[in-house]
Amino acid sequence: MADKVLMKGNEAIAEAAIKAGCRHYFGYPITPQTEVAAYMAKRMPKIGGTFLQAESEIAAINMVYGVASAGLRVMTSSSSPGISLKGEGISYLAGADLPALVVNVQRGGPGLGGIQPSQSDYFQSTRGGGHGDYHMIVLAPSSVQEMAALTVKGFELADKYRMTAMVLADGTMGQMMEPVSLDFEVTPPPEKPWATTGTEMKRKHNIVNSLSLVPEELEKLNIARFERYELVKQNETMYEEYMMDDAEIAIAAFGIAARVSKNAVNEARKMGIKAGLIRPITLWPFPDAPFKKAATHVKEIISVELNMGQMIEDVRLASECKVKVSLCNRVGGMIPSPEQVLDAIVKASK
Amino acid sequence: MIVYDKPHALLDVPLHYCPGCLHGVVHKLVAEVIDELGIEGKTIGIAPVGCSVMAYDYFACDMIEAAHGRAPAVATGVKRADPSKVVFTYQGDGDLASIGMAETVHAAARNENITVIFINNAIYGMTGGQMAPTSLVGQVTQTSPYGRDPKLCGYPIRVCELLSELEGPEYLERVTVNSIPHIRAAKKAIKKAFMNQIEGKGFSLIEVVSSCPTNWGMTPQNALKWIEEKMLPYYPLGVYKDRSNGEVK
Amino acid sequence: MSTKQFLFSGFGGQGILFAGKFIAYKGLIEEKQVSWLPSYGPEMRGGTASCSVIVSDDPVGSPIVTYPDVLVAMNLPSLDRFEEKVAPGGMIFLDSSLIERDVVRKDVKVFPIPATKLAGENGFPTLANMIIVGKILKELGEYNDEGLKAALAKVISAKHADMMEVNRKAIDLGASL
Repeated sequence: MADKVLMKGNEAIAEAAIKAGCRHYFGYPITPQTEVAAYMAKRMPKIGGTFLQAESEIAAINMVYGVASAGLRVMTSSSSPGISLKGEGISYLAGADLPALVVNVQRGGPGLGGIQPSQSDYFQSTRGGGHGDYHMIVLAPSSVQEMAALTVKGFELADKYRMTAMVLADGTMGQMMEPVSLDFEVTPPPEKPWATTGTEMKRKHNIVNSLSLVPEELEKLNIARFERYELVKQNETMYEEYMMDDAEIAIAAFGIAARVSKNAVNEARKMGIKAGLIRPITLWPFPDAPFKKAATHVKEIISVELNMGQMIEDVRLASECKVKVSLCNRVGGMIPSPEQVLDAIVKASK
Repeated sequence: MIVYDKPHALLDVPLHYCPGCLHGVVHKLVAEVIDELGIEGKTIGIAPVGCSVMAYDYFACDMIEAAHGRAPAVATGVKRADPSKVVFTYQGDGDLASIGMAETVHAAARNENITVIFINNAIYGMTGGQMAPTSLVGQVTQTSPYGRDPKLCGYPIRVCELLSELEGPEYLERVTVNSIPHIRAAKKAIKKAFMNQIEGKGFSLIEVVSSCPTNWGMTPQNALKWIEEKMLPYYPLGVYKDRSNGEVK
Repeated sequence: MSTKQFLFSGFGGQGILFAGKFIAYKGLIEEKQVSWLPSYGPEMRGGTASCSVIVSDDPVGSPIVTYPDVLVAMNLPSLDRFEEKVAPGGMIFLDSSLIERDVVRKDVKVFPIPATKLAGENGFPTLANMIIVGKILKELGEYNDEGLKAALAKVISAKHADMMEVNRKAIDLGASL
């Protein structure tokens, strides 16, 4: 394991971003993601990159908008309250079809809430987060290795589809250390002929813009954008299935909840209960297929979440209400224990 | 004979601040002023986001916790809802001079009749020591690990000087609390800032040059010295605006 | 050992997170699967600190340690809080120079170590944590020169390389108890 180092999830994100060619980072201090900024502050000056601590999250996301307009890989990171502030900018990025990476290391809310782990921004991120009709590609890592890998993937997908990609982590994922290998194959950015890099008197001017005052034209833009989203759904949906082949009880969980649930599934199997786990890796696009399939052979799907029940709505939609879907949760910065999940599995099996 | 008594406006609860932090001193000065003016019952305080985020647990008057940087806007709402109330904000440098600069400037420009207590210790404390808008040139922080370089992130902001250019504000003074005489002077300034509000004169801001031994990486004693030797030369003490005297420094 | 779950706990400033990090790194060097998860809060100094460390032959599931096989308690509040959580047959290492009461549990192995006192007497007052680490390694049969050296080189940055030797001394002292 000589090639592996122990890193905090937040640091793994930062280093992976650099590996992916990101040389511009803008952020604002907020727990529990500040290590991303601190890491960038140390590394960027040494590799000719830019680290700037913005005066606010609002300023940071607009700095991201600027670099994205210039056609370069760029990112910002924050935690829940800061992501709300960035919501406006994220909507403008979508309206201008700009690629960017946003990291949300979630904490409990609403409002200032707490600083302990949470998954309560599921709705906010999978539905877009700001005003208007749009989506982000939402990636949910459940290990420090995935924090790194999905950061790289996020940059690639953002460029490929001219969208904002979000890495949706939580305080546990950000703070924990695990072995990481940072040996990635990175797809370099595509040509960006639309970028505002100066005409050099050789081409018509490029305009990066989200304003469109003629309804017929704005409608066309929206429809075209959603045609692109369809391609994302077809090509980029990711999930992991664990012991699902013969499962009679299925757990739906992402991020830290999936780690806890895996323990519970293993324990249930020891007790002779056929439990399995479906772990969405992309939360948008949501992986409908494994749930549709599971609905044909499981008795119940238990959605394990660190919120009051958000992903459960997508699980119900994906399984087309053909099977009972129940919730097993903790909120406010609390994390369900493997025992709590096991209890839910045992109850469902009876 | 009672020689010393804890101010009534400060609740008898343990503060969460680090050893050597000066927030406790400034909290006490504000509470003493509230006591002396007999205004606890009609005072509403607004806490920021930052180390003093939990100030709402420490003051006995009504308290509101605002979103990061928005305390002056919240205070504006409270004051306009009932101008007979006394409204103060208690904010740090990141809250007031970075994310909340717009709110600060516009509350001052409107001469909003509120009192602002501004703690300038040149660092983000609660998140673990990042560069603040008031961090000194060369100052090493978690997000300026090679020292603040003005070519990359500009110069520290002198809030009193900046606001003194505005027509609006009534009173701007910079004080510190690193010695007994300075603490006495600071209390006088804070009292004036509350008096101005009671007399309907408008926006008063007291900038308190403070320390952060933890994130400065110093003993509390050395931090007090650092205030004297490094902070005060860049942030000179004094009254920067006093409209009732027609004084502008 | 297939999976060992550690919980390190004490006051902020006692080197709780560092001790956990050392154990995690030692596991990594010995090609185990490891995770390290700190508690985090708004206080910078004082307050309580703890971290969960898992060292396993298999991929680590939940990184949160609720029922530790090995509990390190460096102050009384930590022992009060976590004693009842220790897995039956597990181990409790406590700093007996700071904790005056005895462990109530009878189904666990208890190792009282006057670590803070020993650290002070031996001229490394900030390394009580590493004395306890030394004792843990010995009791688990994990005390080996090569792994120790390599793990120390990982957790101590080049800037503080001069701390390497004294950390080793503290570990050796703990292992000799």
